[in-house]
Amino acid sequence: MARPVIEVEHLYFAYENVPVLEDVSLTVCEGEFVALIGPNGAGKTTLLKILLGLLPARRGKVQVFGRPPEDLGPLRHRIGYVPQLSHFDPHFPITLGEFVLTGRYGLIGVGKRPGRSDWEAVEKALEAVHLLHLKDRLLGELSGGERQRALIARALSVHPKLLLCDEPTTAVDPKSHESFYELLLRLKREGVTILVISHDVGVIAQYADSIACLNRTIFCHRRPEEVISGEMLEALYGKEAAFFHHGDVPHIVVRREKNEGGPGAL
Amino acid sequence: MSVFGLAFMQRAVLAGCIVGALCALVGVFVVLKRLSFMGAGISHAAFGGVALGYVLGIHPVVSSFVFCLLVSLGIATLAKHRRLKEDTLVGIAFASTMALGAFLIGVAKIRNVDLFGYLFGNILAITREDLLLALVLSGVLLFFLLFFYKEFVMVTLDPEGGKASGIPVEAFSYLLVALVASVVVVATRVVGIVLASALLVLPAATALQRARTIPQAMLFALIDGVSISLAGLFLAYLFDVPAGATIVLLGTGVFLGVFIFSSSPRRG
Repeated sequence: MARPVIEVEHLYFAYENVPVLEDVSLTVCEGEFVALIGPNGAGKTTLLKILLGLLPARRGKVQVFGRPPEDLGPLRHRIGYVPQLSHFDPHFPITLGEFVLTGRYGLIGVGKRPGRSDWEAVEKALEAVHLLHLKDRLLGELSGGERQRALIARALSVHPKLLLCDEPTTAVDPKSHESFYELLLRLKREGVTILVISHDVGVIAQYADSIACLNRTIFCHRRPEEVISGEMLEALYGKEAAFFHHGDVPHIVVRREKNEGGPGAL
Repeated sequence: MSVFGLAFMQRAVLAGCIVGALCALVGVFVVLKRLSFMGAGISHAAFGGVALGYVLGIHPVVSSFVFCLLVSLGIATLAKHRRLKEDTLVGIAFASTMALGAFLIGVAKIRNVDLFGYLFGNILAITREDLLLALVLSGVLLFFLLFFYKEFVMVTLDPEGGKASGIPVEAFSYLLVALVASVVVVATRVVGIVLASALLVLPAATALQRARTIPQAMLFALIDGVSISLAGLFLAYLFDVPAGATIVLLGTGVFLGVFIFSSSPRRG
């Protein structure tokens, strides 16, 4: 079996005294494409931030590339991170090319200047998301979908071995979802390990190797067809959610939002 | 005899240009990172610093410099607590440091202090030391902006992503706050405690309405900052009006002008 890239065992995390993750265990092996699904407030983004070393695990073991996330050394630069789009001020005065380059700032090193190879990597990343022609446009002049692709290009600019995406298709119009997941599949074929947070259960089930269901704890991590059988999704999203099946692929419709808004926007 | 023949006027013009430039450059990051209120809080802390200097027998420029640095870094440290908000802390520091200044001046019965000069600026009071401090600070600021430009961009644009990619963003946020505090203290010498934060924010806010990129914003702000400082000093000399107030009013005029005549204002 391939080497594990992400190993989480019995992870516990709380904001102040509000537990967010309890006894979370998850293994993602090299070259795997795993989708992480779960309701709002389930702790999906928190888990990603712990993997990135942005938040400390309170208890349990977390390893990325076989090392603790806060002590990755140069391996840190082999992680591509796609944060949520809402995280950014869309009017920040920066061109698309410069924005994608910021993905390489850590790799370039403190106090050093970007060189030609950095700009070549930026152009390659922009080409992969079909935005190269907009390189000199301002971030604020791009559409929501284009900005989302810019975020993905930014993560790709470091030639990642591990790609962590937090709801990467929220602002992309549904028609482009498929081309986005095709891009992920291409990366997977190149050996990139991928973990994607998504609400897009229906679409992602067609691409991911497995789906992990998170609601404070991972209570199932199986092949997509086993997860989307219905009962599992009902257990995850609650009885308020209805599932419309198109063929084998369910779409989640939340009828009531009673169960939403757990411990803050996580 | 020309205006520039006067020694105090020479110093004022030089200090005005340097301070205008310093404020403009660092101001771009201040506006983008929403540190404007922090700037105002820091400049008011200078009042407490000056009073402390008088009481302790330290040069007031030195005492206010150290005091403002400590206050600003203190705010930045406490603001990391989840239950404390930065603007609340600035609001508290703003008032308490002014209160400290007034209290100390009252207790120590200091009478020979030019309070109005400290509050609203007094170009006649600009000393050689002030000028030297401004020059040294220019060197320091240019060094940091030149070598750590991309780190400051990351701290402003996406601190979390920066941290994830291994950039010591916390250290650079503190550095940015320390630079802002230093620049503000020097600015209080020219336009006064009350008006210093305006000089920090106005040229940058004006520039960011039109600039496409950060370097462009810095250039626009630099031109604006130096121009209003020079023009303000001149007008103040010609019409015998307070220089600090004239500079700030000119800056506000340019800001409003750009805002009104911008067909598509992006930021403000």
